[in-house]
Amino acid sequence: MLIADSTRFALQAITSHRMRSFLTLLGIAVGIAAVILLTSIGEGVHQFVLAEFTQFGTNVIGISPGKVKTGGQPPSGIPTTARLLTMEDAKSLKQLPNVTGASPTVWGNSEVASNGRLRRSTIYGVDADFIHVFSSTVQIGSFLPSEGAGSSRAFVVLGSKLRNELFGTTNPLGARVRIGGLHFRVIGVLAPKGQFLGIDLDDTAFIPAARALELYNREGLMEIHVSYAEGASSATVAMAVKNRLKLRHGHEDFTVTTQEDMLKTLSNILNILTMAVGALGGISLLVGAVGIVTIMTISVTERTNEIGLLVALGARRSTILGLFLSESVILAALGGILGLLLGIGLAQLLLLALPTLPVHTPWSFAIGALVMSAIIGLLAGVLPARSASHLDPIEALRAE
Amino acid sequence: MADAESLIALNGIERTFYLGDSQVHALRNVNLTISRGEYIAVMGPSGSGKSTLLNLIGLLDRPDAGTYQLEGRDVTTLAPDEQAKVRSERIGFIFQSFHLVPRLTAAANIELPLTLAGMPAAERTKRVEQALKEYGLMDRAQHRPNELSGGQRQRVAIARATVQRPAVLLADEPTGNLDRVTGEEVVRLLEALNAQGMTLIVVTHDHALGARARRQIRMEDGGILSDVTRAPDQAT
Repeated sequence: MLIADSTRFALQAITSHRMRSFLTLLGIAVGIAAVILLTSIGEGVHQFVLAEFTQFGTNVIGISPGKVKTGGQPPSGIPTTARLLTMEDAKSLKQLPNVTGASPTVWGNSEVASNGRLRRSTIYGVDADFIHVFSSTVQIGSFLPSEGAGSSRAFVVLGSKLRNELFGTTNPLGARVRIGGLHFRVIGVLAPKGQFLGIDLDDTAFIPAARALELYNREGLMEIHVSYAEGASSATVAMAVKNRLKLRHGHEDFTVTTQEDMLKTLSNILNILTMAVGALGGISLLVGAVGIVTIMTISVTERTNEIGLLVALGARRSTILGLFLSESVILAALGGILGLLLGIGLAQLLLLALPTLPVHTPWSFAIGALVMSAIIGLLAGVLPARSASHLDPIEALRAE
Repeated sequence: MADAESLIALNGIERTFYLGDSQVHALRNVNLTISRGEYIAVMGPSGSGKSTLLNLIGLLDRPDAGTYQLEGRDVTTLAPDEQAKVRSERIGFIFQSFHLVPRLTAAANIELPLTLAGMPAAERTKRVEQALKEYGLMDRAQHRPNELSGGQRQRVAIARATVQRPAVLLADEPTGNLDRVTGEEVVRLLEALNAQGMTLIVVTHDHALGARARRQIRMEDGGILSDVTRAPDQAT
């Protein structure tokens, strides 16, 4: 029997029971729609979170002081021997091959006063490299100049929100700002960056790291951020950073985290999340598959006569097997298409209703869902189709 | 025994069914030779084995012992797919309850054996067209079986059985579900086919119908009781 003919025959069988077939494929459709919708949300969240983390550029390595390790002694008030990360450490890292920038980082929260107004903001102590490392852009003025650690002048660069709060629309360049007990002169304003995990990145002020150490009365940096050239291997650069700091500190009393590693871990976690919600949708798909098995079994019983006739007319067992298999595959595939439309439609509706909720349906998911529904149809059809092809034709013809 | 002329040669056929613990000998040592173009009626009480004989000739059943030669070829030992091919090309079935596929039109029902055989659509359409014309079903082609009268249904069934131009036509109580007048029509149709040279084997309870056949076989308890051939000049 030609494939086109068996497909048509199966379609005729499906359409001869419109209501029943529709309900059966609806079961698959709901399952596929659930999988599509849930994985779309999962994938959307995935992309959203990754985008949040990569907005500073992906080739960043963070170095923080101290190393978590298990020691032999209980804490006894003896200060740790870990050396602090210093401005000199940051400076020495700038000279490593492939490193495009290294910014010392100190942060804290202080009152910022200027123009007769007062606001509590996050203060970052950084240096000139910061703007490259975190791929920020200057809106007006300029960023902190690069100068020797001992002679950093008291300049401040404002985040866009802080500028608006303190100065409104007036030009802040050259204005004097008091942060904590120190005085600074505004030399620039950064372009808006938005939020990151709920932290307003524009409600900030950037001052030279040496001044921040003074402001917060610290001896060591909180972190050093190193950026490296595009295309360089993060592992090689991380290794170079590690070796350089070991050389300077005598032993490894710091922690190096590459953003690549972090993103990879994060991405893995998010993938598992997507798969988990997809599996939840898969349960309803399973129920749909059971529906197909049921309806195909009923159909074989109802059409016993017809199966006997087909054998008498010269159909092979494999032809009969193929007829019933294609019936269940078509049923499931139609359900899959309906489910796909339903799922994408719902995802788009959700996007309309809740624009902040990230929803994303990748093509691979859509195609995967269709292939999956066809496979489900095939699996669900095997048992009924086998029993159809093994019927005794004489008995089958006699059945009424 | 099986000369070149014989279409069907059954030799020492045995068929036993098991119903629970008891054995039923549906056929015992049946020997039968049928030539091309014969018109045979198989008669006998129910349980005499006549339907089993028909199923066996139609390759729907296998004998437990004995050989069956169709057109000089031993078909007893053929693989299932080979047998399906023989059924498709050489054998036509007509059933008491017509066995039309309810969701298919008359034309599609007639087309079914050709479709199953994998014939290209253009060729099929031509053959179906011709069959519809021959059986006077042109105006009924697009009707479904439930929109046809009993006589029309059986005509569709006969058209379906003969569309592959089989060597032998097997009819199991072809008039059993029809009233007298339409039954008569159907029998005439079958006899006309026989007159054109198609071998016709009819299984029936109906003595009047059986009496019309040139060769009458009576069966009882799985054996052939009598096998009478009338002189050809008496045939209607």
